[in-house]
Amino acid sequence: MPNYETVFIARQDISATQVEGLVENFEKVITDAGGSVPKKESWGLKTLSYKIKKNRKGHYMLLNIAAEAEAVHEMERQMRINEDILRYITIRMDELEEGPSAMMRSRDRDDRPRRDRDDRPRHGGDRGPKPDAAPAADAAPAAEAAPAVEDAPKAEDAPKADETKSEGDEA
Amino acid sequence: MSRPSFFRRRKSCPFAGPNAPTIDYKDVKTLSRFVSERGKIVPSRITAVSAKKQRELAKAIKRARFLALMPYVIG
Repeated sequence: MPNYETVFIARQDISATQVEGLVENFEKVITDAGGSVPKKESWGLKTLSYKIKKNRKGHYMLLNIAAEAEAVHEMERQMRINEDILRYITIRMDELEEGPSAMMRSRDRDDRPRRDRDDRPRHGGDRGPKPDAAPAADAAPAAEAAPAVEDAPKAEDAPKADETKSEGDEA
Repeated sequence: MSRPSFFRRRKSCPFAGPNAPTIDYKDVKTLSRFVSERGKIVPSRITAVSAKKQRELAKAIKRARFLALMPYVIG
């Protein structure tokens, strides 16, 4: 049986228990078709990077699914019908990921008080300095991107690209 | 500044090697290192990501954008 990973975003106005209800519905679709849902992960109410159907936030849920394609198609059909679902994506995986996903891991690592509703813009103040201070290991590759402009063999091209970009910003 | 630029050492791919990060559309923190301030995907000639990994990376960034984990445009 193939493995799939589904992430869906539910409307901001529904409660966490309603999200649970949605998950149960979808799980039932899968199990009725002989599949299984080995992992369900709630990322909670996160701020969307852009508005979707006038929602600024959304409940994110991750489902790992081992089921035949027909079951997944049926689940997706129901997601399309359901107006509480803003968006979903299903990706076929060779192996289902064990343990918490990258989303949960990153949340634990930089245990910022993210769970309290929204995160990004409000905490922008302390988010700025943090990436330099906290993940020392991560900082190195990040820094790599910037100095690489000089380091790259085609150094002439790079600054030019930056210039055009900043012009675009002003326009 | 006046040194000839072709003596620069070739940087290796940040996704190569044993403890390199895996490319995952859910790992926004890693992906965000490979987009510009505008939110555009940075070309691999600047980040030194290998061609194969750049294709994976681009796909992951596009998935993250679709799920509103990352913006399509900033500003």
